[in-house]
Amino acid sequence: MTAVTARAAPAASGIEKIRGRRAIVNRFATVTMWLAFLAAVIPLGAVIWYTVGRGIARFSYRFLTHSMAGVGPLDAGGGIYHAILGTVEQVLLASAISVPLGLLVAIYLNEYGGKRLTTGVRLLIDVMTGIPSIVAGLFVLAFWVLGLHKGFSGLAAAIALAILMLPVVTRSSEEMLALVPNTLREAAYALGISKWRVIVSVVLPAASTGITTGVMLAVARVTGETAPLLMTAFGSNFIHANPFAGPQESLPLYVFAQAGNAFQVNVDRAWAAAMTLILIVVLFYVVARLLTRRDSFNRR
Amino acid sequence: MAKRIETLGLSCHYGSHKAVEDVTMTIEPKTVTALIGPSGCGKSTFLRSLNRLHEVVPGASVTGEVLLDGHDIYGADVDPVALRRVVGMVFQRPNPFPTMSIFDNVAAGLRLAGAKGKGMADVVERSLRGAHLWDEVKDRLKKPATALSGGQQQRLCIARAIAVEPEVLLMDEPCSSLDPISTLAIEDLMAELKDRYTIVIVTHNMQQASRVSEMTGFFTLAGAGQPGVLVEYAETSKVFSRPDDKRTEDYITGRVG
Repeated sequence: MTAVTARAAPAASGIEKIRGRRAIVNRFATVTMWLAFLAAVIPLGAVIWYTVGRGIARFSYRFLTHSMAGVGPLDAGGGIYHAILGTVEQVLLASAISVPLGLLVAIYLNEYGGKRLTTGVRLLIDVMTGIPSIVAGLFVLAFWVLGLHKGFSGLAAAIALAILMLPVVTRSSEEMLALVPNTLREAAYALGISKWRVIVSVVLPAASTGITTGVMLAVARVTGETAPLLMTAFGSNFIHANPFAGPQESLPLYVFAQAGNAFQVNVDRAWAAAMTLILIVVLFYVVARLLTRRDSFNRR
Repeated sequence: MAKRIETLGLSCHYGSHKAVEDVTMTIEPKTVTALIGPSGCGKSTFLRSLNRLHEVVPGASVTGEVLLDGHDIYGADVDPVALRRVVGMVFQRPNPFPTMSIFDNVAAGLRLAGAKGKGMADVVERSLRGAHLWDEVKDRLKKPATALSGGQQQRLCIARAIAVEPEVLLMDEPCSSLDPISTLAIEDLMAELKDRYTIVIVTHNMQQASRVSEMTGFFTLAGAGQPGVLVEYAETSKVFSRPDDKRTEDYITGRVG
């Protein structure tokens, strides 16, 4: 048995736990941080809770697979097939226009651009970010729909959405490309690989995850746009698969039109369509993430 | 097929700042040439000017001449991309391509320069064997290169560099982030590689310079903001035992950092 000798408490040496005022400030900061976190999460949770809670009543397979053709003002039937079709086509078209363009601009800005031109282009892109969505819609209405006599169509809507997407895609892609370390580019140059090959095969793959996230943020933003669609896609009660001619429905337009009516059947349809809209954005996101996942190592 | 490098009055600039001034030296083929000197003396910049990687930095420029077997690599008829296939480089920190497998990393130089897949497996095996990495990775060639240890990653980078069969290999402090065992492995490797390549190595480790090199060049700078200059260039044994210049002697004996 060894005797336990009581040790004298050592003098303060600067390694003790903080006490007094600093401890209070520390606790205060921790609590504030948690409150800020809750303040950010509660609205998100509430939006999803509300939408799903009210939308689930009307949500069904039948709702997803039928249009509003021949549905009277007081009928409880009808669905959103035509609106889903329109939204998916319009958003895919808008992405097909804005993603390649935005990516090429970002590559130019980050990998090639001279200083003066780059500053100018960046300024223009920032200004473009500030364009209100209804202005983009008006522009396409004046220029494309009326000016070029193209009429209402899904494509016209896609052009308006692409104008809104382009600056977001460009700036986020540019930032992701800037995050790729220069040592990687130099490693590739040192192997005698040409510049465009380095960009395509080394820089873009390294930045792909971040670029996808940026693109998805842009997609999520425009999928819910309503204002520009009023003047471009116009809306319709019928299934119209051709996005290149003729008025087309979309989910935001559908929600807008249904929610503007007084009857409960309309309001129920609006909530169910809103819920579908959220689901579609989530679905887009998951698919995009799966496509760019770095599992090429395990597949081969 | 190793080639001789001659520099004539070579100066390197970053914008208006002169980093290296007036270096004239001849680097012999099939030898290891070590460049030593304090931090900031421009030895890495000088090295990077030998495969025209210096000019990749915005604003960087070079005056003077670099002759590769008599051919000026800064001449108007030279394609820097083609040059870098002949003058390979290994960097201070291992920098494998993170999105590629071990196999793809070694094959990258050939593939991205347009070579097709036939015979690629042989090239990859030969290069990995050359870099003494084959036995450690042969069962996991499809795994990400980033899963390797630091020393393995650096040997992978050497394998990647020799896969394109350069004639000169530039090494910029290749062992500075490695443990002594990996360092030894890479030094052994250099001793083998010099039978086929011209090797130029920048190092802060003077024991390493005296172990691996036949020729040593000592760079220094007069003070902060001054350009780096080549003070002395001679056989390694002479530089480390009977240096001509006082500054060299002070540096290698540790009197000046």
